[in-house]
Amino acid sequence: MPTVMYRKFEKVCAIVERHGADPAKLIPILQEVQDEYRYLPEEVMTFVATTLSLSPAKVYGVASFYAHFALVPKGKYVVRLCDGTACHVKGSENLLDALRQKLGLTGTDVTTPDMLFTVETVSCLGACGLAPVIVVNETVYGQMTSVKALKLLEDIKKKEESTHVSV
Amino acid sequence: MDAVKYVNIDGREVPIEGEKNLLEVIRKAHIDIPTFCYVSELSVYGACRMCTVEIEGRGLLTSCSTPPEAGMKVKTNTAEVRQIRKIALELILANHDRECTTCVKSTNCKLQDISKRLGVDKVRFRSVQKPHPIDTSSTSIVRNPNKCILCGDCVRMCAEVQGIGAIDFAHRGHDVVVQPAFGKDLESVACVLCGQCARVCPTGALTPRSEVEAVWKSVNDTKKVVIAQIAPAVRVALGEAFGYQPGELTTGQIVAALKIMGFKKVFDTCFSADLTILEEGNEFINRVTNNGILPMFTSCCPAWVKFVEQHYPEMIPNLSSCKSPQQMFGSVAKSLFAAELGIAPENMVVVSIMPCTAKKFEAKRPEFTHDGMPEVDHVITTQELVQMINQFGIQFRDLQPGSLDMPLGFKTGAGVIFGNTGGVMEAALRYVYEKVEGKTLENPDFHAVRGEAGIREAEVTLAGKTFRLAVVHSLANARAFLEKLKAGKIQYHFIEFMSCPAGCINGAGQPVNLTPGYKAKRTKGLYEADKMLQLHKSQDNPYVKELYASKLGSPGSEKAHHALHTHYNARRRMRGKSMIIVDGKQHDKLEIRVCVGTSCYLKGAQDILHHMTRYIHEKNLQDIVQVKATFCFEKCNKGPTVKVGDLTITHCDVAKAVQAVDKALAARQAKG
Repeated sequence: MPTVMYRKFEKVCAIVERHGADPAKLIPILQEVQDEYRYLPEEVMTFVATTLSLSPAKVYGVASFYAHFALVPKGKYVVRLCDGTACHVKGSENLLDALRQKLGLTGTDVTTPDMLFTVETVSCLGACGLAPVIVVNETVYGQMTSVKALKLLEDIKKKEESTHVSV
Repeated sequence: MDAVKYVNIDGREVPIEGEKNLLEVIRKAHIDIPTFCYVSELSVYGACRMCTVEIEGRGLLTSCSTPPEAGMKVKTNTAEVRQIRKIALELILANHDRECTTCVKSTNCKLQDISKRLGVDKVRFRSVQKPHPIDTSSTSIVRNPNKCILCGDCVRMCAEVQGIGAIDFAHRGHDVVVQPAFGKDLESVACVLCGQCARVCPTGALTPRSEVEAVWKSVNDTKKVVIAQIAPAVRVALGEAFGYQPGELTTGQIVAALKIMGFKKVFDTCFSADLTILEEGNEFINRVTNNGILPMFTSCCPAWVKFVEQHYPEMIPNLSSCKSPQQMFGSVAKSLFAAELGIAPENMVVVSIMPCTAKKFEAKRPEFTHDGMPEVDHVITTQELVQMINQFGIQFRDLQPGSLDMPLGFKTGAGVIFGNTGGVMEAALRYVYEKVEGKTLENPDFHAVRGEAGIREAEVTLAGKTFRLAVVHSLANARAFLEKLKAGKIQYHFIEFMSCPAGCINGAGQPVNLTPGYKAKRTKGLYEADKMLQLHKSQDNPYVKELYASKLGSPGSEKAHHALHTHYNARRRMRGKSMIIVDGKQHDKLEIRVCVGTSCYLKGAQDILHHMTRYIHEKNLQDIVQVKATFCFEKCNKGPTVKVGDLTITHCDVAKAVQAVDKALAARQAKG
């Protein structure tokens, strides 16, 4: 069985190849690479720059411009809290405080030391009718309250612990 | 012929004569619209908003990004235009570190100048920028992001003209900063130190690194004897700082100023340029007659040499092994000439005055330090010498010209034109012609290699054989040219490369000049200086002849090789992390590193990595090894390179790599 890290490296090569090593496809390439690593490690961006004949500074410029790209490792569960107008009016700030306090996080310290959770805000998820909205990885949770949000965290933690026990 | 089209500018009809944008038409009408992000040799960016004008029926537009159209009615100075410019400038100034009195760019600063012109007397906005650390890692350039106004001139210069892209914009909104990849310092990335970014920087965000204090210290040290060498391009530009025209020769005043400051001897880099021509010309003839590696590339430009080392390591053998004139001077002065002057070499301090920022890097290369003693101790730019003259209070315009000292101050015109693109080639031709043809060259001018085009080609027939020559300036042109050369589409014998557009006369260490046509004037200044000298061919320099007769033997001799030649090495582009592919649990695991840097990647490093990892899993070795994909062992010309433990395998393939791993593991087992 090849290691996880090697499989990822092979995937990166395959992604670049699928896009014909076209520098114009840098953004989709970075998106797919990020799906593999959950963030964009410096050495992987350097490798991508090499394969696309771009300067590493250009690749870093693009990666650091878009909020979607993560330059530091994120937790297994990325909790995105919407702070768009509708969600803000419906009290997203209280939700954010509750989540951060529970996990011991701040505006600059966004990932728990066990790499389980990352809490970030987004400007609008386009689901204003469900305000306030939280998205955990790909799942959307609407009309959230602090109680519901903390319960969500508890459930994830429990699920994680039970999978560890069963291993 | 089409009828001439006109644009109406502030009520005047101005013809459109092929200008790509309205700004150029307006400037042609003698209205100097301010700009930060517009540099005619770069692409249009349209960010600074200074060139905003009012166009009837279309409103307020940036003239740099608007093509001129017939019948356009343009107003360049309405109340609204003035207000827009002023507010934009105020916003730029809000985030700018406005400590002008301690800024090296002060009085040469576009930001200062335009603020004054537009009458900004107050900045109403608070800064939202967090202070950034100043990057002093590079030998040649200081990067101070706190002074950056994000015009992007440096970014486009580096990417478009030099084809490197060492710096770029990163992050977004008020966090935007121009920086090397991943926020590294300049020293850790592929910057070749040409300094062209600093040349176009309108503020003090990118500036040449100063060695002025170190030079004063040496000058004031009574135990030291400080001597100077002046590069050709300095003499046609330094005067600009004191009101002379570009191209006006001020060699005599420079010598006089240096003598007042305390320099014991003032010599000329043109002397060692003459010496370079004899060595380089001879090397070329040798390569041609002995089936050596061709085409031969000139190696006088340190930024070009670093570019080859980092981007075209497989072409290092094409570089002439000759040291540059700066280093030849240092070598001759310390190893051959110090004794003659009765100075112990360790007490001699060689100061170079150069138009160039990369020369600072060259002087510090380990190849040019012998037993702890550098050939050249300090390199100051033309700008730094101007500063020293001003610090001392020397009234430059009132100086009686002084004479360069002999013998290392004597030169022919061939050594002088080194500062122009095509100059090294022309000087070499003047030597090679006589050497190969065996007769006197009557007219020393080779107009075919002169000019402004980025890539110029010429053919010359010598003793019945036709030689194909090329002259290339700017590194983007160099890259395009080398790609064609590699593809075998073109064939040449001898190619001159210079990093800076127009050559050394436009180096980043020269006084900042924004007037149109300054490059052509400096170029002309050097060609005229050649004309005014009695001798035009390096081989006629009597002191160079004397140096060979008394000390070096003949060009290319063993002694000459020892003193005047060097070698170059592949150099990594970036200091960075490796990708870990297999990470064994065992404490003392065998480290296997496969280079995936550009050269090795193109030669199939990925394949080696693939098969190596497969093999490790098949043999169940994943606990006792660590496999890394890494960037550059600086053996690019011998790639792919793999390191197994301490063993480096060049020209590696899967079989060789696997064999080395087996052997290393067996040895470990035997040791227990």
